[in-house]
Amino acid sequence: MTLLTSNNLTLQYDGRPVVEHLSFAVEAGDCLCVVGENGSGKSTLLRCILGQKKPDGGSLTFGDGLTRSQIGYLPQQHPAQKDFPATVEEIVRTGLLGRRAFSPRYSKEEKAAAARAMQAMELAGLEKAPFPTLSGGQQQRVLLARALTAARRMLVLDEPAAGLDPVVTAELYRAIERQNRAGMTVLMVSHDIPSALSMASRILHLANGDYFFGRPAEYAASPLGRRFTGEAAI
Amino acid sequence: MSVSQLFADPYLLRVVLRALAVGALVSLCAAMLGVTLVLRRFSMIGDGLSHVGFGAMALGTLLGLTGSYAMEFTLPAVALAAFLLLRLGDSGRLKGEAAVAVLSSAAMALGVLFYSLSGGMTADACNTLFGSASVLTLSNQDAWLSLGLSVAVLLLFACFYHRIFAVTFDPAYARATGLAGGAHQLLLALLTAVTVVVGMKMMGAVMISALILFPALIAMRLCASFRATVLAAAVAAEGCFLVGFALAVAAGLPTGPTVVTVELLVFLAASVKRRA
Ligand SMILES: Nc1ncnc2c1ncn2[C@@H]1O[C@H](COP(=O)(O)OP(=O)(O)OP(=O)(O)O)[C@@H](O)[C@H]1O
Ligand SMILES: [Mg+2]
Repeated sequence: MTLLTSNNLTLQYDGRPVVEHLSFAVEAGDCLCVVGENGSGKSTLLRCILGQKKPDGGSLTFGDGLTRSQIGYLPQQHPAQKDFPATVEEIVRTGLLGRRAFSPRYSKEEKAAAARAMQAMELAGLEKAPFPTLSGGQQQRVLLARALTAARRMLVLDEPAAGLDPVVTAELYRAIERQNRAGMTVLMVSHDIPSALSMASRILHLANGDYFFGRPAEYAASPLGRRFTGEAAI
Repeated sequence: MSVSQLFADPYLLRVVLRALAVGALVSLCAAMLGVTLVLRRFSMIGDGLSHVGFGAMALGTLLGLTGSYAMEFTLPAVALAAFLLLRLGDSGRLKGEAAVAVLSSAAMALGVLFYSLSGGMTADACNTLFGSASVLTLSNQDAWLSLGLSVAVLLLFACFYHRIFAVTFDPAYARATGLAGGAHQLLLALLTAVTVVVGMKMMGAVMISALILFPALIAMRLCASFRATVLAAAVAAEGCFLVGFALAVAAGLPTGPTVVTVELLVFLAASVKRRA
């Protein structure tokens, strides 16, 4: 089943194209890794998927009854407030809000769903911990758990491992991979090419005006992939 | 007036109780909204809006719309200003604090001009700025309107509590996931505007901002979760208001400044406690 189809999509800011004539598709159960240099339009593409930015050409459509409220999202920019009074549990539960219009209270089932997401992100025991007191890796897992709580069919993650050490990064990717194995469709921006190649079922590489979309093995052999992985190694 | 006089006169007692009820409810509204406003870096919005309220009140006086129509006239003006400020703050073309400062001083200047055009700064203007020196000036109609509006603010806040938290914590996420559309912003602007306009009656334009800021700042020094912060802000607001109000009535002091002074003292105590 195709969940997402991009057909000849063009996205621009003030008349300047960032993404041009882009076509790709995301099937249910896929893990699509979006790679590319800084400024190549990865976050812009995600914003378009979330309906925050309208296509300036071509189209981007949902399939198989997918709706925006079934997507869990992890933004690239973080809420960077020191001293914000909020606990892990409070934050993760806000992932539930997209599901309904009106919400004076969370139901038992909803709280259980949030608890499962915290479990999956290995946050058990930290439910009542104040967010500002957590380490960067733990904070990232909290935001990921929020996305997971919201995600009923698809996770859209913008650089989930930004700023984390290699060990924590590997753990984070394993947690995402587990979700993917369990049937969650994942669309993830990453600068970590080796991990992307190992866990992705599809790679989308954005390069100003040009792009690659295909399987990881094809990507490693493509000119764009060879150049980028070569550059990444230097 | 002395306290024994107060209890001897049923009319006076009723007037004081009416002011007490309005003040307690407005303090509660201001405290609740204050938590989200302070955390979203809109601390000064209460100040800016109250100055807009002052300007609107002055214009109303110039046009001869004084007395009972004052609130109906200022409310839309303040609501519009609140919406524009919240909008500006998020779109980022004019930084939120700069926008508030500009609006605040411009509205103040216009307000003073309007008042002088309509015959100079009167006791009326003084009341608008510094609040009613005596609680007796609150009319029955104002009291009921204030009570109704405050209850509406509290109900809406309770209904949208989780959403307000989500938006306050992470506005970018809330926007991207459709939690914080224009409707949400309009709602927050309306709630803030109503609280400021109703609070101005009691506290005056100059001091309403204290009702919004102090309880939130006190609570944030003592609590680690959002829920606890909101509840603590509510308790702090009520406690400070009741103590301040009682002192003001007993000693014949103006209500607004007395309440703010009590809040200041509690805030200092909370800051010391956190250091310790
Ligand atoms: N709101 C905006 N207004 C104008 N230009 C923008 C805006 N957002 C992004 N851009 C431009 O669009 C281009 C793509 O930005 P985008 O954030 O999508 O890149 P990215 O691939 O996510 O980069 P990074 O790896 O650094 O996150 C950049 O050149 C950026 O300057
Ligand atoms: Mg980006």
